[in-house]
Order: sequence, then C-alpha cells, then structure tokens
Amino acid sequence: MTIKEVQDNIIEEFSLFDDWMDKYNLLIDLGKDLPVIDPKYKVKDFLIEGCQSKVWLHPVYDGKLISFTADSDAIITRGIVALLIKVMTNRSPDEIIATDLYFIDKIGLRQNLSPTRSNGLLSMVRQMKLYAMAFNAKNK
Amino acid sequence: MKEIDEIRADFPILSRKVYGKPLVYFDNGATTQKPNCVLDAVDEVYKSYNGNIHRGVHFLSDMSSEAYENAREKVRSFINADKREEVVFTSGTTGSINGIAFSFGERYIKAGDEIILSRLEHHANIVPWQMMCERRGAVLLVIPINDNGEVMLDEYYKLLSSRTRLVSVTQASNALGTVLPLKEIITAAHSINVPVLIDGAQGIQHGIVDLKEMDCDFYVFSGHKIYGPAGIGVLYGKEKWLSEMPPFQGGGDMVDKVTFEKTTYNELPFKFEAGTMNYPAAIGLASALDYVSSIGRENIATREKELLIYATGRLSTIKGIKIYGNSEKKISTISFHIKDIHQYDTGMILDKMGIAVRTGTHCAQPVMDRFGIDGTVRASLCFYNTKEEIDTLADGIEKVKSMFA
Repeated sequence: MTIKEVQDNIIEEFSLFDDWMDKYNLLIDLGKDLPVIDPKYKVKDFLIEGCQSKVWLHPVYDGKLISFTADSDAIITRGIVALLIKVMTNRSPDEIIATDLYFIDKIGLRQNLSPTRSNGLLSMVRQMKLYAMAFNAKNK
Repeated sequence: MKEIDEIRADFPILSRKVYGKPLVYFDNGATTQKPNCVLDAVDEVYKSYNGNIHRGVHFLSDMSSEAYENAREKVRSFINADKREEVVFTSGTTGSINGIAFSFGERYIKAGDEIILSRLEHHANIVPWQMMCERRGAVLLVIPINDNGEVMLDEYYKLLSSRTRLVSVTQASNALGTVLPLKEIITAAHSINVPVLIDGAQGIQHGIVDLKEMDCDFYVFSGHKIYGPAGIGVLYGKEKWLSEMPPFQGGGDMVDKVTFEKTTYNELPFKFEAGTMNYPAAIGLASALDYVSSIGRENIATREKELLIYATGRLSTIKGIKIYGNSEKKISTISFHIKDIHQYDTGMILDKMGIAVRTGTHCAQPVMDRFGIDGTVRASLCFYNTKEEIDTLADGIEKVKSMFA
C-alpha cells in the first residue's frame, strides 16, 4: 500500500465512530499492535521527550527501506505512535521525508499536534524525518 | 452567601459544553474563570476611556490613570497593606518573583549568602532564585517535606543562620494543595532579621489575606488566578525594602545606574513599573477583587473546604487511587494517581468527558521527585464548583479505569 492508501484506511476506520470515547478505545487497541521496541533500545538515545509521556523510537535501515519499532509509557500515546508507524514503516527515506501526514488532522487528533502539546506527536514525526534524512545523507 | 446557581450564572463560560458534555472545570489552580463584571470592566476600558496611563494631559489618559490608581488602592485594601506605594503591578507572580530576585540580589546578596525555599515551590519560585544565586555566588537551601507533603519546620529552623538573607515560600502548594505554616516560618525568620517572601499565587483566592497580620516582607500573586484577567500580577513589598532596591527592568549590570536614577519613575511604586503597564487588566483585577469581596472571603473558604472534604472522601473510595498531599491544612486541590494508569491517559479521557484537570508535574518537579513519581492528575476546585461535578469526576475516573484495565 502507498502512504496515501494507508492514511485513507486509517481515516475510514476512525470515521466509523462518532463518539470520542470510541475513537480513543480504537487508539488504545491500536497501541496493542505496536511493533514493540527491543528493551535494549529503551534508552536515552532513542527517547523522544515530551512533557508528560515518554516515547522511544528505534529505526532500522536496510539500505532501501526504514522500519520503526517504538514504545511509550502512556497507552494513548502508544496508540498514536502505532498509527504513525503504520504509515511510515518500511518506506524509503525519500518517501518519509516527503510525507504529508494529513490523516492526523482528519481523524481529529490535530489537538495533539501543536508544539506545546504534551505527547510529543510533532516531535515523533520530526524525529522520523530526521532519521530518514540521516540515512539519506549516509547513502550519498 | 449567594446560591450556587446564581454564582455560576455570573461566569458565562461555566455553562458551555465541551465535546457535547457540560464543562466540569477543575483546573482552577492553573487559571480561574472570569465573572461578567470583570469582562465588563475590561470591555469598558477599551470602549469608553482607553488612554495610556500617567502619560497624557488629555481626558482619556486622566480617566485611565485614575482607574488604574484606584485599582492599586483596591489591591492595597484587599491585602491590607500599609501604603499604596508598596503595591507594584507586574505581569503576574512569575514576573513579580523574577523582579524581586533580581533587585534583592543586586542590592543585598554577596557570595556565600543563603536563600531558603521549600521543596513545595513552583518552578517560578525556584528558577529566579537559582539565576540570582548563580550571578551572585549565593546558595539555595531547601526545606524538606514529609510524606504528607508538609514542610518540616524543625528542619527549617536548622537551616536558618547568620548567612540567611531571605526566605521565599509559597502560601499553598500548587501541586499538592498543602497550606504552609506561614506564621511559624515568618516569625522564625524575623527573629534573626531575615525578610520573607510569600508566593500567594495559590493562596489569595482561597481566603483572607491580611498582610498587617501576616507581616511578610514581600507578597506576590497573579490576577488571573483570582478571577481577574491574565497578564496582571501584584508585587507587594514593605517600603523599607522597595525604596532601597534598584529597579529590575532595564538590563542589570549593563544599566547605567546614574541614568536610571534620573528617570522620571524614581518614586515608589513607579520605579518598578517601567513601560506601559497592562492597565486594563489591573482595572479588571480590581473588579475581580470586588466580586470576591461580594461573595465573601470567609464564605469562599467555607464552601471550598466543604468541596475538598467531599471530593477527598469521594475519590478515596475509588479502588487504586492514591492521593498525594494529605496535610490537615489544604486548599481545595487534590493531586492523585490511578494505579497502573499514566496520568496523561487519565487526563485525555477525562477531557473527552468534558472534565478539565491538569496532568503532569505541575511545574513542581522537585515535589514529584520527592514522591518518586513522574506526575499526577490534579483537580483544583473553587467555590463555583459543585458536588455534582465531583460525582462526575468520580464516575469519569471509573470509566478511565475500565478503559485501561
């Protein structure tokens, strides 16, 4: 699936629910499917520090595609990370750098995007793109 | 006292809905909502008599200046300060403490001097002192707290010495709600001629503050936490200190003091009010103080105590809840954690039920460290809240528990 297709699928999945509680229940469930990071990477180097919940994100680059594993100490945040990874994992660095993540807005998680927001969603997206840029630079 | 429905009708925002649910506003420790009279007072400034204060000779400027100075007198009388010259307007508690820390440091602090704070302080009453201590080579000492979240007075007495230059403590902990034993703290410091600053940001809105009786040397608070507008705060200082301390706006060591002394604002309180002050907010604050007086400060204290007791009882019965801060003397703030559920998750779900609480460290990381936690959920109540709202919170917590079980 393309990045666009994955995002559209997520939007469709969330559109089934009108109630905020149901949307958050879905997020909680999604958190359970998160490709969990190897505990040895749950260290400061891979920590994305938001104000309130911690996120660890680890990238692996096989020379073509980047895949991510992650974890968070808050369950809703874990769900949000799981969504991001769904969209961004197993993509080329160029794809990741160019990605426009419109699904966040569409499923009503926009409030989590503002720079002062505590779960650090913006930092996660930025970190994914930074990793992609770093791998790209190494390639060239 | 006014009936609760009448009181709530004074605050237009309280009747709004959030995500389709009636708003339950339990974040009063962060900021309080505003009654109509405050909104009207600020509106009136801009609509009818806006002019820069103390500047023009024209009608509007005169009218604004008069209203601003009346607001100062209103504050003076509300806190029962001696003189209006002792009441300086600032941007808020943070602005006030930064100002005092800078000016007091410049005037009185040298290497090896000591400043005493408590472990319960908000970052706003820690960082400005650290900055000052770094600049002057002084040392910060911290009064520890016990498991109930109360300052340990015996430890405090041990910290006081001939090196102590100032004690700066909060009236009540924003993170735990603990009310500090100010009388004991101030008396002990004064017995060795050490001045005391009281951070009233979480104190003044919950009861009577009488500075003649309290006898602190500095008292600071924010307008927006006592039903007034944001962007206005108060710095009270005894005249003997304020007259000796240099102004804090102008740039510290780079300031040519001779030039500073020649400025027109060299008398109290104006020497500390450089630039255009937020006079509409000061005028709004005066209206807020009138409103609080009209409800009655004893009434507010009584009602909030009832709410605290009810909320503490209600939350204590919920399995898995741990309340942090169990002092006998508390403002109506309850800090808690639900077993195995991250405070961020709790806050996000409560939000979707229309319940506004604060989560995280509450700008008081040393307090969280003391209890070995990385944050709590904080419900900070005030007199316009109701027992029904507390029930809604309790139900909300049960819902959170079921979702994350």
